[in-house]
Amino acid sequence: MTTTTSQIRMEQVREDVRRIGLSGSWRVNDSRADVGMELAALDRASGIQRIEVVDDGITDWDSALLTFLRALHAMSRSRGVAVDVSDLPEGVRRLLAMADSVPERTGARRSTDTVLWVTRVGARTVKGFRDLRDSVSFLGELTLAFGAMLRGRARFRRTDFWAVIQECGPEALPIISLISVLVGMILAFLGAVQLRMFGAEIFIADAVAVGMAREMGALMTAILMAGRTGAAFAARLGTMQVNEEIDALQTMGFSPMEFLVLPRALALILMMPLLAIYAVALGILGGAVVGILMLDLTPTQYYVQTVNALSLNAVVSGLIKSAVFGVLVAVSGCMQGIRCGRSASAVGDATTAAVVNAIVYIVLADSLISVIYVITGF
Amino acid sequence: MTDLPPYLQISDLTMAYGDFVIQRDLSFTIHRGDIFIIMGGSGCGKSTLVRHMVGLKAPARGTVAYDGMSFWDANAAERARQLRRIGILYQSGALWSSMTLAENIAVPLEAYTILSPADIADVVSLKLALVGLAGFEDYYPAEISGGMRKRAGLARAMALDPDILFFDEPSAGLDPVSAKLLDDLILELRDSLGATVVVVTHELASIFAIGDDSVFLDPDRKTMIAQGAPKDLLRSCEDPTVQAFLRRGVTDKERS
Repeated sequence: MTTTTSQIRMEQVREDVRRIGLSGSWRVNDSRADVGMELAALDRASGIQRIEVVDDGITDWDSALLTFLRALHAMSRSRGVAVDVSDLPEGVRRLLAMADSVPERTGARRSTDTVLWVTRVGARTVKGFRDLRDSVSFLGELTLAFGAMLRGRARFRRTDFWAVIQECGPEALPIISLISVLVGMILAFLGAVQLRMFGAEIFIADAVAVGMAREMGALMTAILMAGRTGAAFAARLGTMQVNEEIDALQTMGFSPMEFLVLPRALALILMMPLLAIYAVALGILGGAVVGILMLDLTPTQYYVQTVNALSLNAVVSGLIKSAVFGVLVAVSGCMQGIRCGRSASAVGDATTAAVVNAIVYIVLADSLISVIYVITGF
Repeated sequence: MTDLPPYLQISDLTMAYGDFVIQRDLSFTIHRGDIFIIMGGSGCGKSTLVRHMVGLKAPARGTVAYDGMSFWDANAAERARQLRRIGILYQSGALWSSMTLAENIAVPLEAYTILSPADIADVVSLKLALVGLAGFEDYYPAEISGGMRKRAGLARAMALDPDILFFDEPSAGLDPVSAKLLDDLILELRDSLGATVVVVTHELASIFAIGDDSVFLDPDRKTMIAQGAPKDLLRSCEDPTVQAFLRRGVTDKERS
């Protein structure tokens, strides 16, 4: 057992007076006597009216001594026992007095009552409904802002709009290129394994073209843009909220919805289909590389097969999807940003929520639209 | 100046976040041309009161009336018209960080005036010169110091020559000399433009230097406990909290 540097000595002076002698070094990083047991013993003892704390040779002290004394104080106060610390070093007494000089403000301490799980479920549900209502009203406000724009009444800076276009259009091309080529190649590989069994390698071109155009082009672009641009929107607007920049807009009579959200939503809705088309083209290119180098198809063969496989419907259905995904990414990014709290961690939360929500919305919308396409035969 | 009709009237105002009441039963008037101080200890709701006065937060109860017209009962167009007469300097300046100082000041001018771009540029450099930032047109807010950001924020607040200017803790984070300069600027603006000024502060030096009238909010009693000219409050207010505040906690006995 390690030797402790601090010692407590208990002494019953009179029947109703207990003396506590403290000695040694009372420092936070020392191994100290177990004061908890002593306090508990004191708490059990009955008939004590007065506790004298005396200095038996305290060599060194810091917060460790003070916390012990405060615990002693709190215990004795609840039992109506007087504590005399007049023998302790002056610094200790002054700090204790200082800690007691401003009484705890009633109601300031947060209650840490354990909450029943039913209550928690209820609170979550209520919050869920409130979030849903928030989203719907945000969409409504955005629609009104679009209406105002169509009537030429929305106020936002054209330069902001072009800057966002640049940000979520051309600047996204490198990452979109990389991912699309790879996705195209992966589709071709996957298809090749199956189709080779039937000697139908040429249909790789169909699989890649239709897969990219109907599904993967729009989906991959949307998920990339959710992580890239949706997160940027949320962080940007959230920081503006923290800096009171959004307040400044409002008090100057600008609607944040028109000034900040509208140009971003508009830019994404315009850019997303373009990026999707680009992704489809590069995906097909990736597929062609696999087809030509590994399956010994000629470029002409691959090209003709692709052109025959691609229908206008396939391309248009992908474009419609990507426009819808654009709205979803813009809305979840901007909404989280605008509704952001006023701290650094709130900006982080907003960014995370923006990306997660956007991806969930994208996948849900993708399923829904695919079902509609199947039903309508589009 | 108190013979003029009240410009801004707060009656029976209760401010709350949900169920949590911050201040209740606030009633006071601000007269045209006055420098009105909102003071009180930290966390008593001074800034929240300003948010109510400039239309950022609706009151739980009571009214905020400009020229006898209730702000929160008015329709959207009327509110927008009122907001255009208000200028606000936020605590940290709240400049739009993606725009240069010139663009920051030009935004309200482009939206609400019929000035040509060349005229707007002239107005912008005038406003920047007034706050001692001539030549800083093309700087971004992140490239200048905190004190300069605050002054640039003031230039933006003055862009539309507002009737009433709100200052949220103007001297917070400024060194004593800059704080004094800002006080002088506030006095100068009032005297030359005839603007009404509302200042949230707990800097004693500026309270006494510029305040014509004031209201004192108490976080414990959750309401206003004194109003009047700060110098009069110092002399004649008997509330110990107000006295302690205005004398930095020093009582008369300790002074003599």
